[in-house]
Amino acid sequence: MTDTTRQRPAEVVAAGEAAATAGRARPKIDIARWRDLSLVPVIFVLGVIGFIVSPAFLTQDNLIGVVQQSTELGLLVLGEALILICGRMDLSLESTIAVAPVIALWLVLPAHGARFEGLGLLPTWTAIPLCLAVGAAIGAANGFLILKLRVNGFIATLGMLTMLRGLQVGVAEGQSIINVPESFRYLGKAEWMGAPAAVWICLGLYAIGGLALGYLRHGRALYAIGGNPEAARAAGVRVDRITWIVLAVGGLLAAFAGILYTGHYGSVAATQGNGWIFQVFAAAVIGGISLKGGRGTLFGALTGVLTLQLVVNVMTLGGVPPLWNQFINGSIIIVALIISRYASGEKQD
Amino acid sequence: MAVADQPATADQPTSAEFTVVRAEGIVKRFGPTLALDRAQLAVRPGEAHALVGRNGAGKSTLVSVLTGMERPDEGTVTFSDEPAPGYGDTAAWQRKVACVYQKSMVVPDLTVAENLYLGRFQGTSRIRWRALREDARALLAEYGVDVDPQTRAKDLTVEQGQFVEIARALSFGARLIILDEPTAQLDAGGIERLFSKLRELRRQGVAFLFISHHLQEVYELCDTVTVFRDARHVVTAPVAELPKDELVAAMTGDAEAGPPKGVRGAVPAAVPREEAGPGAEPVLRTEGLSRAGEFDPLDLVVRPGEVVGLAGATASGNTAVGETLVGLRKQDGGRVVVRGRAVRPGSVPHAIDAGIGYVPEDRHRQGLVLGRSVAENATLTVTDQLGPFGTVLPSRTRAFAGRMIASLDIKTSGPGQVVSGLSGGNQQKVVIARALAREPSVLVAIRPTAGVDVKSKDALLGVVREVAAAGSGALIVSDELDDLRVCDRVLAFFHGRVVAEFGSDWSDRGLVAAMEGMAGPETEHGAAEAAAGPAGEGRNGAFKGREGSQS
Repeated sequence: MTDTTRQRPAEVVAAGEAAATAGRARPKIDIARWRDLSLVPVIFVLGVIGFIVSPAFLTQDNLIGVVQQSTELGLLVLGEALILICGRMDLSLESTIAVAPVIALWLVLPAHGARFEGLGLLPTWTAIPLCLAVGAAIGAANGFLILKLRVNGFIATLGMLTMLRGLQVGVAEGQSIINVPESFRYLGKAEWMGAPAAVWICLGLYAIGGLALGYLRHGRALYAIGGNPEAARAAGVRVDRITWIVLAVGGLLAAFAGILYTGHYGSVAATQGNGWIFQVFAAAVIGGISLKGGRGTLFGALTGVLTLQLVVNVMTLGGVPPLWNQFINGSIIIVALIISRYASGEKQD
Repeated sequence: MAVADQPATADQPTSAEFTVVRAEGIVKRFGPTLALDRAQLAVRPGEAHALVGRNGAGKSTLVSVLTGMERPDEGTVTFSDEPAPGYGDTAAWQRKVACVYQKSMVVPDLTVAENLYLGRFQGTSRIRWRALREDARALLAEYGVDVDPQTRAKDLTVEQGQFVEIARALSFGARLIILDEPTAQLDAGGIERLFSKLRELRRQGVAFLFISHHLQEVYELCDTVTVFRDARHVVTAPVAELPKDELVAAMTGDAEAGPPKGVRGAVPAAVPREEAGPGAEPVLRTEGLSRAGEFDPLDLVVRPGEVVGLAGATASGNTAVGETLVGLRKQDGGRVVVRGRAVRPGSVPHAIDAGIGYVPEDRHRQGLVLGRSVAENATLTVTDQLGPFGTVLPSRTRAFAGRMIASLDIKTSGPGQVVSGLSGGNQQKVVIARALAREPSVLVAIRPTAGVDVKSKDALLGVVREVAAAGSGALIVSDELDDLRVCDRVLAFFHGRVVAEFGSDWSDRGLVAAMEGMAGPETEHGAAEAAAGPAGEGRNGAFKGREGSQS
């Protein structure tokens, strides 16, 4: 470790840490593991509070309700986490969750006989593939704006958010669509092995995403791209192509969240997803995903989602007046952010 | 150090003399680095004073100190024998001294008039546009600058921009203008006009501190030259009394052009090898490789076992050649051939696949993902070899990184250590590990030892030599003489073209002279095969405009 005496001040702290731990067996990796778990104690404390506040908290129905409600937000966070890890952001996910189902239903629903009149162009079974395709196309369009035209990603996706919300309102004429085909409803309300299918699907997708990030060539490349795109490019990583794919996958996941949400409530609400993007970012950041890219895990993001949902649930059970929900929700996000910042020991700028 | 230090005070103006600026005993530290060690400088009114020195000699730090951007740890700065203004009092500094940088500091979307009066609009809070324009017109006319004050600053040419900045500085009352590489982006006519403007202003008593890598220009414009080396003042002398070879010697500290200094030590020196003869198939060949405005068509051959150096100062084009070889920039013409196979232009993945290993210029910008582990960084180029079906198996990654750590002797607590916690030298080893991971046919290393300590430097250059010994080729792109010492051949770049070629027996003086644009008859024996060409003609070569280099 003699070399550590020679470095620039900014590196000294990290190096000192390394020097201190160098003697023990692989402690560095263990510390990194702990950082992903920094929200687990928070979730545990929320559980204890919930148990004290209401006996109804620790019941199967309540807990399943919490995780079921976490699935749609969870999928958006999954998509956003992937995008954030590779150093980009996509605000339009909250509109994709609504506009993708609406366009799919518009194309397949019959032109006559219901309150919402579609075009009836395609057979009903194509609703789900269409919805996913629309989501991916929206992500790809964002990619085109950000990567080809090199416009500012924040504003481009903010514009996309507004534009897509407007498209949904225009197509659905500002109303909810209630005549949803059965295939579209299934995933949102089916139960597999005693739990909602959506929960299993969501967990499965998180597991696939986590494995891809950990064990796939292109998954690992996301961290390199987010951490230092120039270095990734110089090492032969196809930075733009991979980023583009990730943006498309983000849109795809948002569209899938839209399918689950629509199935769960049996309709495409006119305000579906409206304002969710703040929750999405909050969950990702308190879950340890860096807004600057290159850092964070999907497990962390998942704990972020569960934390937010548990807070809402505990408040509801605790009889907090609904008018105060928004205030408390916002302050909890800030508190959780501060906790996770100090638990992980890293700045979240 | 030992040889070349001439009495530093010999030609200094005595303290009785009147000076526009005088800096004495300036010490400036950045952490452990000593950027200025008891530096001194004195500029007289109406003087054109050149400040020369190689990269890292302390020139820019001195400029920062003289312009009030950095507070020296020790020493004093006086302007016209008055103490320097307080630090943070920007307005007061502006009245003393101004620096015209390569990149213009004006606000591009405002008009020339607004830029001239930025931050000091006169009168009430309301801007009187008409009065402002008239003032600006008068100001520009006073200094003979022919620019319409209503032009937007971004529409000015480089030359006009410099004139406007000089006029602005003078209008604050500054009588010392620092010009940092002012000719780098000018064509021949522009340089001529700039020089005549400067001569005119000098007659009005304005002093200039002229920082340039082009020593020829120093001789044309300046009357006094100060040389810095290794953070210290080496010599100040009238240019007439300091011939070019002595000037270069003062910059390199290589007074007798004798054998290289002790740094050589552990580094295996360049040795002529048989397999490097013309018979061996080249590992890397370029045919008419060119990029407009950066470098002229280049034919380069690197044979197995050979280390070739591309020497050149900043913006001489050597870095651009390196980045073009690896596909970070796309050539306008010509092609790159690795072991007989043409490489697709402008594609890093193809260049790497073809067998080019790349050590980028700046490890923080292009070399490393600082927040990730040693293992991840070292294997970034070989992720396709670490598992089946596009997977990257952690066990194989660790094993691969472990081998790299062992073979390059990287000091780390393990493959999982985050790279930002390593020292500079070990970080650079990780970058080299990444480049070598694919066992490249040719290693392209740009300034491979920038910012590392002497011990790591030896180790890194030793690695490059070993790569060559194993039958690959290596290309070192650098302006560091120590980097170039391990090369079998060195090509010196100046203004985008090769101006001289040296064997392994070059002298510091000859090579530096070539890199500073003074290749030609006066270079020493080292320039045996000097491909001097047009640049040997002095001004014509030096004046080749950046825009015109395609012709």
